[in-house]
Amino acid sequence: MNTIILIIVLLGLTTFAYRYGRRKALTSVEGRVANLHSLPSYHGAYVALWCGLPALIVVALWLILQTDLVERMVLSGISDGISGMTKGQISLLLSDIRNLATGDITSRTPSPMVQAAAAHYVELQRLGFMLMTGAAVILTSGGLYFGLKAIQPTLRARPQVERIVRWLLLIASVIAILTTIGIILSLMFESIRFFGQVNPIEFLFGLTWSPQTALRADQVGGSGAFGAVPVFAGTLLITVIAMIVAVPIGLMAAIYMAEYASPTTRSLVKPALEILAGIPTVVYGFFAALTIGPLFRGAGESIGLSVASESALAAGLVMGVMIIPFVSSLSDDVINAVPQSLRDGSYALGATQSETIRQVILPASLHGIVGAILLAVSRAIGETMIVVMAAGLSANLTANPLEAVTTVTVQIVTLLVGDQEFDSAKTLAAFALGLVLFLVTLALNVVALRVVRKYREEYD
Amino acid sequence: MTEAIYVEGTVRPDEESVTGMSEAIETDTTETETAPFPTKVKANNVDAFYAEKQALFGVSLDVPENQVTALIGPSGCGKSTFLRCINRMNDTIPICRVTGDITIDEQDIYDPAIDVVQLRARVGMVFQKPNPFPKSIYENVAYGPRIHGMAQGKADIDDLVESSLQRAGLWNEVKDRLGESGTSLSGGQQQRLCIARAIAVNPDVILMDEPCSALDPIATARIEELMDELRQNYTIVIVTHSMQQAARVSQRTAFFHLGYLVESGATEMIFTNPEDTRTQDYITGRFG
Amino acid sequence: MTDPTIDQPITRKPDFSATHLRKRYRAEARFKFYGVAAIFAALAMLAILLGSIISTGSSAFTQTEIALDIKLDAAKIDPDGTRDPESLARANYRTIVRDAMRAQFPEVSGRRDLRKLYKLVSTGSDFTLRQIVEADPALIGTTQTIWFKSSADLDQLNKGAIPRDVPEGDRRVNDAQITWFDALSDDGRTRRSFNTTFFTSGDSREPEQAGVWGAVVGTMLTLFVTLVLSFPIGVMSAVYLEEFAPKNRWTDLIEVNINNLAAVPSIVFGLLGLAVFLNFFGLPRSAPLVGGLVLALMTLPTVIIAGRAALQSVPPSIREAALGVGASPLQTVSHHVLPLAMPGILTGTIIGMARALGETAPLLMIGMVAFIVDIPRGFTDAATVLPVQVFLWADAPERAFVERTSAAIMVLLAFLILMNLAAVLLRRKFERRW
Repeated sequence: MNTIILIIVLLGLTTFAYRYGRRKALTSVEGRVANLHSLPSYHGAYVALWCGLPALIVVALWLILQTDLVERMVLSGISDGISGMTKGQISLLLSDIRNLATGDITSRTPSPMVQAAAAHYVELQRLGFMLMTGAAVILTSGGLYFGLKAIQPTLRARPQVERIVRWLLLIASVIAILTTIGIILSLMFESIRFFGQVNPIEFLFGLTWSPQTALRADQVGGSGAFGAVPVFAGTLLITVIAMIVAVPIGLMAAIYMAEYASPTTRSLVKPALEILAGIPTVVYGFFAALTIGPLFRGAGESIGLSVASESALAAGLVMGVMIIPFVSSLSDDVINAVPQSLRDGSYALGATQSETIRQVILPASLHGIVGAILLAVSRAIGETMIVVMAAGLSANLTANPLEAVTTVTVQIVTLLVGDQEFDSAKTLAAFALGLVLFLVTLALNVVALRVVRKYREEYD
Repeated sequence: MTEAIYVEGTVRPDEESVTGMSEAIETDTTETETAPFPTKVKANNVDAFYAEKQALFGVSLDVPENQVTALIGPSGCGKSTFLRCINRMNDTIPICRVTGDITIDEQDIYDPAIDVVQLRARVGMVFQKPNPFPKSIYENVAYGPRIHGMAQGKADIDDLVESSLQRAGLWNEVKDRLGESGTSLSGGQQQRLCIARAIAVNPDVILMDEPCSALDPIATARIEELMDELRQNYTIVIVTHSMQQAARVSQRTAFFHLGYLVESGATEMIFTNPEDTRTQDYITGRFG
Repeated sequence: MTDPTIDQPITRKPDFSATHLRKRYRAEARFKFYGVAAIFAALAMLAILLGSIISTGSSAFTQTEIALDIKLDAAKIDPDGTRDPESLARANYRTIVRDAMRAQFPEVSGRRDLRKLYKLVSTGSDFTLRQIVEADPALIGTTQTIWFKSSADLDQLNKGAIPRDVPEGDRRVNDAQITWFDALSDDGRTRRSFNTTFFTSGDSREPEQAGVWGAVVGTMLTLFVTLVLSFPIGVMSAVYLEEFAPKNRWTDLIEVNINNLAAVPSIVFGLLGLAVFLNFFGLPRSAPLVGGLVLALMTLPTVIIAGRAALQSVPPSIREAALGVGASPLQTVSHHVLPLAMPGILTGTIIGMARALGETAPLLMIGMVAFIVDIPRGFTDAATVLPVQVFLWADAPERAFVERTSAAIMVLLAFLILMNLAAVLLRRKFERRW
């Protein structure tokens, strides 16, 4: 909370710097703006940047680094007490200290050592905050002083401010790249640690998935098995079911809307389909688990089939419904991009509308539709909540849609939700699955975007 | 063909060019103007509307069989709209409404009993911009015969494709690459492919909507020659913005202006001795 | 032209026979029917989905209550007679409520039967009573008729969600409880009233005490962080890419990267948040701050893409005009182009925020899935958000949570509808064709 107050104070100072710099520039030319090299507001911005920017950068860096630094210092303060502890025990201890320091409930009654360490922790944090505040105050006032001193009618404030703003714009656009790099690095890093414990060949081609590692050494089935083929197969099965639902319905809906529907119908149905796309996936998941799953189970029982209540069919069907608007809106764009002259050419030969669509428009838009379907597949593979709520947890290697299967995303969620130690193969496996998921969807997207772009070029 | 190459915008309002043109017509039409030609398409009092806006006002025109009839006039005069009435292509535009009678072989084509699909098989159309389907050359030509059930086996289709391409004068250029995409051809070849596609269903009438406007002069000359050959078996109606082209290829000409059919008659008459001053003004280049 | 076929006219004619045409028109009708059927299937699914949510969820907005005559005995509540707030808080209200129930049904005896009897009202009743007494200590010494929430199971029975005609062992309320409840009903001592608790309190293990307010506050805090980060950064990078970036491979790379980022599964952003924000930077788990950060990274591509589209739609003539009167490129953008593009950017941002509002999976990764009773008060407090609350309740075994899950979904959808409505109105109001 204190940090937020500090930041607000800094921002307030910056605003003050802006107004003051502006006023000073104006008074320096006795109000005759034409005598200034740059407009007064640029002088204001110049001072504000000097005043606020360095301090905010320092505060940001401080906040990022402080926690780590404080924890190191706390641990080194109790190094006698923790020698001989495993990494996991240390992290558990550390979280106890942290909880005690922030006043949260701890998992057990704190030992005197932990209490002392927590006090140390609080002390260091307070010290750190004071130092940071001091640094921020010095930087702000120093910046304010320098900025104001520089103000004179000949100051080239505009070019300088614009240069800084351009840099800020560039930095903003690099954040997207940093995100990608962050994703790749974090997935790679943890995956490499995972593959240090589990053979990548076994992971990619092994047929048994049971990630429960033993808590005690003598436990049965303790080692855990990390053959991900059943997980991949389950993902594939549900994706295929979803596509069987979504592609025909989405495509036919798009064709009808683009070729047959009157403008009124279009203006009513299109938003309705978009509602389908706007519904949060957790709602679909709830619907699948509460309504569709039991419905299929009941229907199966009534004709003597055993259907798992978390069958792949139910999850896939609901996921397909979720993807319908995705397929239909992309296909709609693609079909509308087919030039009217091709339709005219076909009608002029005496073709009916459906003959024109099937034999001219669809072949002409094939590339675009393939791209749309690839994007939809990538969407289905990455979809999480529906399968978490409606698909199973156990990794069955089966092609029977009536049985329960599990997917990559379900496994990631189950492995990572709840308390976990960060070093176990079980936790790291989630990142390896995440890496596979990321790479597969990335590949699908790259190919799909390329196919679609090529298609657009054809008719431009 | 004496004027195989023409340059747009060379029409000058002086006597010379008009007389020069009429000479060209004479050489072109002497052999064909012998027998009387029965009326193939007959339009009577045709009005057309785009939503509230009227585009054609009481157009009545007879199109004789085995002749080329040219529709000329400044842009927006309704000549293309009229052309699209003849195969009911205007039906594909939801806001378009057509009243009046058009008959082909004395059969009313706006009769509810008439099937557009059938009608369009009898009345082929070639468009301004070549629009081959993004399929192979072979499939482009085979498309019409296939949908109309014109052939039993592959041999029949092969036969039809070959003879259609022959008639469109494209066979020798493409016979070795029938499997290539129709869009890989040059503009002139594409347009001849579209003509081959239209004649593959063996229509009675072929409508051409400025078929050469997107082509270079040499390709234009090929198409014009082709029209003259096709006239022996088909009735051709062509919309053109080029008066020279109308003079070169057509036997009959109709002049449209602001949605009205101003004047129609033998091409040489229209170009040498028009009755209406508007026609006179247009062909001498006072407007257009 | 030596080929003989050229001179023979094509004699084959199209097949105009009625059978062939009928076949073609049947195919046409069939094809058209497939289109209509596809749209109907999609809309039917939408209708079933919304219908099932509304039909199961709307009953959660009411709550069954039971009236009890409470004897507010001064000796039990405030033996010292000081009306001191602390001693009022310490009093044993539970026994007072139980005494009232025993007085209502004097014939009930035996520990087991009594325990069943006590279960008629919510376990939160003593708290309710305490609040009433604390609000008005003058009531002490009088007898008041006070409405208490019934327990969730009786509530379900009253709403018909628990059938009466199944064997006693198969339902969560037993025959004795039904008899008592019916007796209360005949006495006019039951009613269904608007369930304010649902909108004002946080999560609870007891369905009748659970509400969405904690999740709503968590959602608002999280989305605030998301908006504050993704909007300025998104607009800035859109401006850079569209107006200032040189056309080179580096810019292409950023562009491809943004397009691909927009299609990365949301759960991967959760993994990023877990690995980077929680484990590397040591930010607190379950905090709206981290949730907002993750969602901001996820929303960023949407904002950038919408921003670029909006900037592109501003015609170049405006830029030329501004540059022509001597404005610097940055002035041109900030004074002319950006204000004109703003409605489009805002629309895109709202749509991105709406998607962030519905997002669940990445928040599971960063621990926003904990059971949290308290209403969060800051960005680093443990919190949950509406979709995660839906996920948590969907997992709860009690029958009463089913209707609450649906009701929470209705609240979530209401927020989504509001946001999309805002986007549509914004687009309508400022739609401009150049």
